Amino acid sequence: MSVRHDVVIVGGGGAGLRAAIAIAEINPSLSVALVSKVYPMRSHTVAAEGGAAAVIKDNDSLEDHFRDTVGGSDWLADQDAVELFVNEAPAELIQLEHWGCPWSREPDGTVAVRPFGGMKIERTWFASDKTGFHMLHALYQTSLKYSPIASYDESFATKILVEDGRCQGVSALDLQTGRVETIIANAVILCTGGAGRVFPFTTNGAIKTGDGMAMAYRAGVALKDMEFIQYHPTGLPGTGILITEASRGEGGILVNKDGYRYLQDYDLGTPLQVTDPEHPVKKSMELGPRDRLSQAFVKELEQGRTIPGPHGDVVHLDIRHLGEKKIDKKLPFVRELARNYARIDPVYEPIPVRPVIHYIMGGVDTDTDGATSLPGLFAAGEVACVSINGANRLGSNSLTELLVFGARAGRAAAIFAAQNPNPDVEAVEKQGADEQERIARDFIRKEGGTERIATLRREMNETMESGAGIYRSEQGLSETCDTLMELRQRFSNLLIEDRSLTFNTELTSALELDFMLDVALTIGRSALARTESRGSHQRTDHPDRDDENFLKHSLAFRTDDGLRTDYKDVVITKWPPEERVYGRQTSRADTH
Amino acid sequence: MELEIFRYLPEQDSAPTFQTYEVPFHGEWVVLDAINYIKEEIDGTLSYRWSCRMGVCGSCGMMVNGVPKLTCAVFLKDYYPGKIRVEPLDGFPVERDLIFGMDDFIEKLKSVKPWIIRKEGEEKPIEEGEYLQTPRQLVEYMPYSMCINCMLCYAACPVYAIDTTFLGPAAIALGQRYNMDSRDQGRDQRQEVIASHEGIWQCTFVGECSAVCPKDVDPAGAIQRAKVASTIDYFKELLLPWGKKN
Repeated sequence: MSVRHDVVIVGGGGAGLRAAIAIAEINPSLSVALVSKVYPMRSHTVAAEGGAAAVIKDNDSLEDHFRDTVGGSDWLADQDAVELFVNEAPAELIQLEHWGCPWSREPDGTVAVRPFGGMKIERTWFASDKTGFHMLHALYQTSLKYSPIASYDESFATKILVEDGRCQGVSALDLQTGRVETIIANAVILCTGGAGRVFPFTTNGAIKTGDGMAMAYRAGVALKDMEFIQYHPTGLPGTGILITEASRGEGGILVNKDGYRYLQDYDLGTPLQVTDPEHPVKKSMELGPRDRLSQAFVKELEQGRTIPGPHGDVVHLDIRHLGEKKIDKKLPFVRELARNYARIDPVYEPIPVRPVIHYIMGGVDTDTDGATSLPGLFAAGEVACVSINGANRLGSNSLTELLVFGARAGRAAAIFAAQNPNPDVEAVEKQGADEQERIARDFIRKEGGTERIATLRREMNETMESGAGIYRSEQGLSETCDTLMELRQRFSNLLIEDRSLTFNTELTSALELDFMLDVALTIGRSALARTESRGSHQRTDHPDRDDENFLKHSLAFRTDDGLRTDYKDVVITKWPPEERVYGRQTSRADTH
Repeated sequence: MELEIFRYLPEQDSAPTFQTYEVPFHGEWVVLDAINYIKEEIDGTLSYRWSCRMGVCGSCGMMVNGVPKLTCAVFLKDYYPGKIRVEPLDGFPVERDLIFGMDDFIEKLKSVKPWIIRKEGEEKPIEEGEYLQTPRQLVEYMPYSMCINCMLCYAACPVYAIDTTFLGPAAIALGQRYNMDSRDQGRDQRQEVIASHEGIWQCTFVGECSAVCPKDVDPAGAIQRAKVASTIDYFKELLLPWGKKN
């Protein structure tokens, strides 16, 4: 059973929808399959809150956005990619405006911008504090007008099909019928998002299981910089629900158990009074980058200055001084979430928060067109690593990234698909049949296992948190990698109770766990091999940045003998590495 | 505490059944947490949709004790110590267990043309920047743009329950969302669907849709406004047959 399209996009979130529209606009004669394991408006782009960065105001410059991003990345971002990204960002956000995104406005009707962490100037466009939700719905609703886009909703891609050294389609499990369909195409774009669910405490929704990363890895494509995992400093304890950085952009402060703004002790600047008109100072204190803020929390915890709670220690995010009117206008979702899930009203009480897994900087190794090393395979959005984020992504760059690189990958795939029109249908169908048989044999018909999915998943989550969290060491990482190898063994003894072909969510949970175990190992092994500290990757046994040996992207390859780690140089075009500074001046007069 | 859950497997069941599960009571658990507990620890065959668990992806709508709810946004303690009965949303075909068919809504959503429509030649080039839109113009349509497509309003709608040709609350609200957007010029095109027999005129204005909406979208209000606007259209056409509308 097979269907034929020119391009298959796997994932219907922001990047996938943007890619689909780009193809429909550049070449309407191409047919596009949008394969998504959930209805596209359920995709996790929906949960992004704070905003999307792009230079639009007269007081801002592309150069500043470039420098903020490169410095924020701890010099691990590729500077050619960052330059292209900041150049194309404004047009992409204006395009979203033309497609109906309800950007918040200034009184004169121009779009409004707000400050964000690590950004020198306010440049973050926002739609209240539901920016991702509004962007996703604007993209989804706009995509409905393009007839070449065929939707495969609730269709779970399980494998990239490679024939003759070229990607020629995917296998996808139709959740409603249980059929594994072979979707043959001239080009495939992965837009499946991140993998936060390999960790126990994450802002990520249940669907963020690294599917696209694992599929690319299994097809022999490198996963790049997987050791760089972003903790967001302000998640709600217990649930991990995100409290947006915009709450600090609007002036919120972080305090420890003594009510003290502890960030001043971690080389992040000197606090101003919240009543000072200069507060909040950009690139300082609460508007420092996420990696540094999350690391400061751990240090406070070690000093006993955090606040014990039923779900671990917390600090307080205090936005009370903003007042009810401003909170309701700029941060209504923060108030709703805090009331519902922390049972406090942030107008009157501080919000308990702790660092939470939020984003993975690493991903499928691509160039600036989203192309991978496998001809015909492209990737964009969080699943990909171009890299503009390096060792630490700045808040509000990722929503823009999925637009800029979603569009670029779409256009590049459209050109590739037009130039490579003849997939080997027979051979690809044969592969698809093999994949269908694998899923039936290893899962649906599988007998006799004893390991519960939830047990293995929990143990994977625990070992990732204990070994590959904010601070890491050789010993902890080695133990984590060993545990992951054991879990991989135990996975073959999985217990399957559900034999149904209709919405078998036990099957999808098993397939997701299968993917996550691969992704988790690339994180652990890449982290073990990087014996330096940079951005979000902090090694207690190697506390300094080591540009001599590690100004490089790590590459994790799957081989028959297991995982192989390799490296490639970072692209430095105009700003060689220097000290990464927040909240104070450097010796160089021209830096900020 | 006890959860009584609707079970239906089309391949083997001729009719749905209810299965009762005992779950530990945690004051901070939402109903979805209890359902996840059942799936993980007791019965891996239970099927349902969920993702964000923060009330924004719209996946986890179910009937909870007969009322349409986002299960990630209602707490066990609101029902404790009573039993909680969980069923798929009313008014939709059941695919399996708590999963219902969404295809009808997707088609209806598409039919109201939920995208910005500009008149031929009046599209602003990207290089000329954004369309200006004042905060006051934004507020006009913003509440309708908050719809998360969770389908609770359809489950509550007494009209949709007996006649699924009715366009329904969310689709009409989203059509109105674009009609009221200062950047849009496509109202005439949407009227064919919105002001048709299957559109706003079937609504008997019970207001249940607005009562169950978890995002305060007020679809009933959107339908009312659309009715008023369509009536004005009608009289304009009747009284000013020679002139242009608006």
